[in-house]
Amino acid sequence: MSNLSDLLEKLGLARKGGVDNAGWGRTLVVAIVSFIYFLPVLMIIFTAFKPQDAALSVPPTLSPTSLFGLIPDQYVFTPTLENFGSVFSRVMTAGGQPEPTGFDRFFFNSIVISSVSVLLALVIGTLASYGFSRYPLKGNDTYLFIILTTRMLPAIVVIIPVILMFRVVGLSGSYLGIIMLYTAFNLAFTIWMMKSFFDELSTDVEDAARIDGSSETKVFFKICLPQVVAGLAATFVFGLILTWNEFLFALLLTGVDTRTVPVAMNQAVSSGGRGTDWTLLASIETLFLIPVFLVTFFLQGHLLRGVTFGTVKR
Amino acid sequence: MSTIEIRKVTKKFGEFQAVKDADLSVKAGEVVCLLGPSGCGKTTTLRMIAGLESATSGDVLIAGQRMNELSPEKRDIAMVFQFYALYPALTVGENIAMPLHYEGVSPAEKKARVGMVADILHLTGVLDRLPGHISEGEKQRVAVARAIVRDPNCFLFDEPLSRLDVELRHSMRGQIKGVLSNLSKATVIVTHDQLEALTMADRIAIMRDGVIEQVGTPHEVFAKPANVFVASFIGTPQMNLVEADLRSVKDGKAELTFDGAPLAITVNPAVSALKPSKVTIGIRPRAFAPVSKAGKSTITAMAELIEPMGAETLIHARTKSGNDIRVVVPREKRVKMGEVMHLEPDAAQTHVFADGGKAVRA
Repeated sequence: MSNLSDLLEKLGLARKGGVDNAGWGRTLVVAIVSFIYFLPVLMIIFTAFKPQDAALSVPPTLSPTSLFGLIPDQYVFTPTLENFGSVFSRVMTAGGQPEPTGFDRFFFNSIVISSVSVLLALVIGTLASYGFSRYPLKGNDTYLFIILTTRMLPAIVVIIPVILMFRVVGLSGSYLGIIMLYTAFNLAFTIWMMKSFFDELSTDVEDAARIDGSSETKVFFKICLPQVVAGLAATFVFGLILTWNEFLFALLLTGVDTRTVPVAMNQAVSSGGRGTDWTLLASIETLFLIPVFLVTFFLQGHLLRGVTFGTVKR
Repeated sequence: MSTIEIRKVTKKFGEFQAVKDADLSVKAGEVVCLLGPSGCGKTTTLRMIAGLESATSGDVLIAGQRMNELSPEKRDIAMVFQFYALYPALTVGENIAMPLHYEGVSPAEKKARVGMVADILHLTGVLDRLPGHISEGEKQRVAVARAIVRDPNCFLFDEPLSRLDVELRHSMRGQIKGVLSNLSKATVIVTHDQLEALTMADRIAIMRDGVIEQVGTPHEVFAKPANVFVASFIGTPQMNLVEADLRSVKDGKAELTFDGAPLAITVNPAVSALKPSKVTIGIRPRAFAPVSKAGKSTITAMAELIEPMGAETLIHARTKSGNDIRVVVPREKRVKMGEVMHLEPDAAQTHVFADGGKAVRA
């Protein structure tokens, strides 16, 4: 037994007793697992840079560089930016001229629709969750439960009544309609997330502010909100990812002008009758990744920072 | 005038009565401690004075004005919280300046006032740090500084020292007392630490189960406890409280049956009004004189446990019928385990509590 633990220790897979000393072995394991997670994304990114004929070649091309001769030539592809150009403009009919594909518009739609609806949900949801947390109603939990029911069914089930409602009020195909829908959907999530962050705060600090002369509005904006920045960031990122990738509602409720990227992507690759254009698909996906990637990257610091800075110990 | 008065204040949480008909008045410049075990309603009482909790019935008066319906920010009070409740995102200096912020004080004066209180409480060096980056003792002083930076109607302290270690608690007790004595404001301090109450307060209000049992100076509540609860709560080691049968009172001497044996002790004249009944005798551990021979006025008990406390020694002794008697003797007096002691209670420090627990005293 002790031999085994010695061995594990030597390999860096077990801890010797010190704290915070992950050995190289353990770091390596985490690196391998992370790589497995990242692999599909990496494949898509590589495919985006491949010439069209290399996308489905056998054996598959694996790397844009031979890594100084380390990788045999048949596995290496020559990277190209051509695919990215054809996302926005390409030849649609045989022998014709390149036409704009409208993807600039779809990207604009995606960005506007998801950021506006996530921000709206964040504003409304944060206020609501503060209310739920600090001024509980009779049957508070019941209301919270009801709010969550919108997320309990698969979208495909909810979509029929939603389509009917949208038809009746004439919201189909409008920005307002899809933004309202996404806001409503994000609200449930936002309220639950933010309520748990508010519940964690010490109410003493708020009471102190009241005694020091703050009105309720000031208590909320000056005292509470700065303490839940991490929660706001986390909720924003999760909400953004959910909304950014949403497909079904967008497919059925957006029009030609308000189409979002996931829907447009689907239509772009399946049109033209030439089968699936993998390199085109991969380059749309790569571009599609960038905004969410950037937002998450820049908010990461907030996501990881402690909430109360250790003022109140429990 | 800086005064606090509560009249017949009751607080109910649903069916539960947290505070029952509490009456208390605090004069300007007076420090009153609300003392009691956990859950006795002392913090609730304080929060009702602050306006953080609304009274179910009764009146809360600050500076002579009824304030029941006013929200905390309109009551012009300063409060120090148990967990300090510093604003985590603001520096120490900004924390202290926060109450001034809403008073519309000019930046120059704000700086001067913050500097002044920081000076009093030795915080000048940490004004630019965040609350998360200072020590526990400093946090406590910041909380006090934030309270005294203004000129409020009154001060409220909720267990201000409970989170400090023993040494710091000693020095802060003195510092707070010093600061308060210069301000001549009505002050209420909530604490469960009797030593804190005895040392800091001008008067102590002892609470149990939402009821204020006794209000008096530290001397009064120690020397003349109103009932068995106060007697047992104040003083360390705890007062000995043993049941006895009162047979008769003659010429200020009570004839009792205690521990199966007759006992005659000098008692308060008011006791003579009592009919023969069951009573509780209260004798402080330091009020015994060990004598060499058993007599009519001595209690006999055997030393079972000996705890040296430095200057004095605490002895747990057991009587024949199993009553536990705590006796404190000077260090020089050596007592061995198993030794039979004859203890003569000091008449001036012997309390008689009638059947219901109330002290019988003229």
